[in-house]
Amino acid sequence: MADNPQSPPVRERPLSPHLSVYKWPITMATSITHRATGIALSLGMIVVAWALIALASGPEMYQPFTAAIANPIGLIVLFGFLWSLVFHFLNGIRHLAWDLGYGFAVPTANRSGVLVIALSVLISAGLFAYGWWAVHGGLRA
Amino acid sequence: MSLETPLHRVQGLGSAHSGVGHFWRERVTAAALIPLSGWLVVSVALLAGKTEAEVAGFFQHPWNALLMGLFVIVSCVHMMLGVQVVIDDYVHHSGQRILLLLLNRAFTWIVGGLSLVALLRLAVV
Repeated sequence: MADNPQSPPVRERPLSPHLSVYKWPITMATSITHRATGIALSLGMIVVAWALIALASGPEMYQPFTAAIANPIGLIVLFGFLWSLVFHFLNGIRHLAWDLGYGFAVPTANRSGVLVIALSVLISAGLFAYGWWAVHGGLRA
Repeated sequence: MSLETPLHRVQGLGSAHSGVGHFWRERVTAAALIPLSGWLVVSVALLAGKTEAEVAGFFQHPWNALLMGLFVIVSCVHMMLGVQVVIDDYVHHSGQRILLLLLNRAFTWIVGGLSLVALLRLAVV
C-alpha cells in the first residue's frame, strides 16, 4: 500500500479512471454507461422485490404498486429500468464477445458500440410502447 | 529462500488471497442472465395491462416460479460482483471502501432474501 513508511514521499497524482480529463470516444462512453446501468439495475432490484412482495400480499397491496408505476415519475423510472436492462444486456453480450477474443479491432468496437446504443433505444422503446398500448385500451377495449 | 509455506505456493494465489474466481463468476452469471433476463422482460411486457389475479397466476406456474427464482438469485450474485468492482475501482479511501463493500453485500442479501421469500409465499404456499 502507499502508506508504507519506508517508501520515499510520493507526489500526489490523479488516480484513474479520469472521467473528466479525456474526450469520450464511443467505446469509453459505452463502458461507463455499462457500469452506470449496472448500478441503476442493482437499485432497480428494489422495484422487483417490491413487485413480488405486492403480488404475494394480495390485491390490496398490489393496487398501490401498479398505481406507483403508472404515475409519471413511476413511468420514467420504469422506462429507465427497461432501457438500462436492454442496454446492459446488449453491451454485456459485446463484453462476452470481447472476453472470447472477438471484435477487438477499433473500427469493429466502434461500430458495435453504435449498434448497441441504437438497438437498446429501439428495443426498449418498442417494449414500452407495447406495454403502454396493452394497458391503455389495446387488449381490453 | 522463500518464506511461503508449500501449501501457499501450490495454491499460486499470492498476496491477493484469491484468483480469477470473481472474474469467472461474473462471466458465468452474465451468460446465465441472457436467457433469464430475456424471459423476464418479454413476460413482463406481455403481462402489462393484465389483472392482479392473472399476474399472480403467471408467477404461480411452477416453470415461471422456477425461472423467476433463478433470475433473482443469479441477478443478485451478478450485481454483487459487479458493484464490488465499481467500488474497488472508484473508492480509494480504504475505510469508505470497506464500508461500501459491506453495504453492497447487505443490500444484495436483503433485496434477494425479500424477493425469494415473497416468491415462495406467492408460488408455494
